[in-house]
Amino acid sequence: ADAPPGNPKEDGRPKWDNKFQYILSCIGFAVGLGNVWRFPYLCQIHGGGAFLIPYFIALVFEGIPLLHLELALGQRLRRGSIGAWHAVSPYLGGVGIGSWLLSVLISLYYNTVLTWVMWYFINSFQEPLPWSVCPLNENRTGFNEECYESTAVNYFWYRKTLNITPDVTEKGTLQWWLVLCLAACWAIVYLCTTRGIETTGKAIYVTAIFPYLVLTIFLIHGLTLPGATEGLAYLFTPNLNILKNPRVWLDAATQIFFSLSLAFGGLIAFSSYSSPKNDCEKDAVTVAIVNCLTSLYASIPIFSVLGFKATTGYWDCLDRNIISIINKFDLPEQSITRQNYTTSIRLLNISHPEKIAALKLKSCNLQEFLDQSVSGTGLAFIAFTQAVILMPAPQAWAILFFTMLFSLGLSSMFGNIEGVFTPLLEIKIISKSIPKELLSGIICLISFLTALCFTLGSGSYWIDIFDSYAGSLPLLVIAFFEMTGIAYVYKIKRFSEDVKWMTGRKPNLYWQITWRFISPLLLLIVFVAFVTLQIQKSPSYAAWNPKYEYFPMKEEKVYPPWVLAICVLLSVLPCIFVPLVAIFHLIKQMLRSKDPSSVPPAVFSCQGANS
Amino acid sequence: YAWDANEEYLFKAVVAFAMRRYSSKSTTQISNVLLCNVTDRVSFWFVVTDSATNATTVPGSEVEAAIRMNRNRINSAFLLSDQTLQFLKISSTISPPVEPSTPVWLIVFGVVLCLTVAGIIFLIVSGIQRRKKKNKESSEREDFEEKCEVTVTMENGIPCETLDLKAGHINGVYAADDERFASL
Repeated sequence: ADAPPGNPKEDGRPKWDNKFQYILSCIGFAVGLGNVWRFPYLCQIHGGGAFLIPYFIALVFEGIPLLHLELALGQRLRRGSIGAWHAVSPYLGGVGIGSWLLSVLISLYYNTVLTWVMWYFINSFQEPLPWSVCPLNENRTGFNEECYESTAVNYFWYRKTLNITPDVTEKGTLQWWLVLCLAACWAIVYLCTTRGIETTGKAIYVTAIFPYLVLTIFLIHGLTLPGATEGLAYLFTPNLNILKNPRVWLDAATQIFFSLSLAFGGLIAFSSYSSPKNDCEKDAVTVAIVNCLTSLYASIPIFSVLGFKATTGYWDCLDRNIISIINKFDLPEQSITRQNYTTSIRLLNISHPEKIAALKLKSCNLQEFLDQSVSGTGLAFIAFTQAVILMPAPQAWAILFFTMLFSLGLSSMFGNIEGVFTPLLEIKIISKSIPKELLSGIICLISFLTALCFTLGSGSYWIDIFDSYAGSLPLLVIAFFEMTGIAYVYKIKRFSEDVKWMTGRKPNLYWQITWRFISPLLLLIVFVAFVTLQIQKSPSYAAWNPKYEYFPMKEEKVYPPWVLAICVLLSVLPCIFVPLVAIFHLIKQMLRSKDPSSVPPAVFSCQGANS
Repeated sequence: YAWDANEEYLFKAVVAFAMRRYSSKSTTQISNVLLCNVTDRVSFWFVVTDSATNATTVPGSEVEAAIRMNRNRINSAFLLSDQTLQFLKISSTISPPVEPSTPVWLIVFGVVLCLTVAGIIFLIVSGIQRRKKKNKESSEREDFEEKCEVTVTMENGIPCETLDLKAGHINGVYAADDERFASL
């Protein structure tokens, strides 16, 4: 009998609707919150335009080869991370398990960051914005003390949003508003990943393209703001001396690495759903270049807005000084303006120095305001929200900004969840008995319940811990084993043959050299440098303590031993599977070779498996 | 606007108005309000003399209370605000922020959550329906295949049994072919 007509799944594996969906998913996975709030910060503190040099060198010698490797691997073996690495070599199965575990850990805390974004988003519909005014204290005589001493924006973030405890050991209570937002976020993630790539493929059209629209709007608006040019000049002025500092090269390498979302297993999962004869080489180069260009493109509006914020702060400082001078000397209005401030103050200092000294004027320096560099959550929830208040129609800008952040994070979450979901689907017991929707529902529910611990009072300290220890070191280790595994266990020659079968041409000299020597070496150097730097400084964190004597400065505290143990566990756990699985298979092999009646294991063929 | 004698006159009038409203004595005149030390900064001292006796001044606390009561009217007479028209020693109370009955964010959150849950339910229901249809289709196909095996084998639309039953007819065209071929 003939096969029923119109059956697209010859081997039962879901497929992307079209190539554009696949590329867009990879780009959406790679382009995330880090492109917006980490890259501009790094550019700023590492000598502006000069940072682009180590960045592009790292991209060419580390990012693109590894990206191509992962995409080619997934496409050829047509399996998720666990299955793919087991197929490469049973001794390398631990790499797949490590990747899978990493995706789990990162999905947990990444969605909590999205919770914060959602909380700010739903609070942006008010007039006035809740982070623009301080609440009053109990007897209505003045403002709330904590808010008054820091700023309204800080108060809203640390008290109204996080309700942060002064110490990581103080658990605090579950913040019900964050729990609600967390539930909503996981519901949205479930909605989009219910049927795997079938649903994320549709959602990605919106979540991957929308941020570019918003960035363009912010770019146009940001460039019209006063002070934008100062911010941009500050960002991009190259300081070539900075290249002598090895820290800069390390930061560039790690930034490229984390920015491209390598070693999560998500890219392998995505490429396993594309057709076997797809040109993965072109895909890899496209995704990497789009990711880098997005980082650059995002830094322009960010720094225009930050320049605007610095300029406004500088003008406020000047205005306050001018008012006190005018009041003191009873001069008419507009006699001292911002432009003639310096000359006027010099004249007055010559004529009445003791009066000027008595005023205790704060020195206003634009450079100082520009130097207040922030990255990460500080950029989005403190610096940018403060800038938004100063713009006309602040609600609209806040809503746009937070929906953009949400889409950026959501498209990265798709990749993380896919990295968890796809290997689970390949375990026969699970895929036969549980429908896809139920499996993804179970994953989202378990993740939601586990992530509740991040909504405690000390939650943000724990997210920092996860980010620094689970989201950094293990990735380097897994990536190193990925590269060396393919280069020296699977052998590059065989891999090149596979790539030739898929793309129609043999990988050229650039790929051969980078896969064999340069990238593994570079990864090793980065890993060693990273570990040495981590060991040198004792792990500490900055706590928000209203009772601190130098409040609103943050208090530097050291992690207690049990927290340090958890940090080490987070870093080591994904990596430990690599040697464990290798040893396990070695023992199995030895036991089998001792048993003479056993059939020798068949030479493994890496044809596309029917999954 | 520039500060000139007319504005000073307005100021005196407004202060007199405030005094009248506060003490309900309709006797305070504009001439009872005296300004002195007017500077370019537009800052000055002023006193209010008692209208009954033109020499004594009204105590400062009374004047303060009167101005505090009518601050709003004084501000709007000059199109200024608490920050731009300052009375030293009279600090303004801060108005409490407006609190709507339900926090606005809960409303927005409710909207977002309802949309998401509606989407999830839609996807799950359509998934269940699709699965039911697939099961029904596959069971139908199995029935059809079973039926096919039972049917008689066909050869060009003619049942094979009928063909076999007949003896083979000799086709006359080919029978006479022997002499056509050349002998080897």
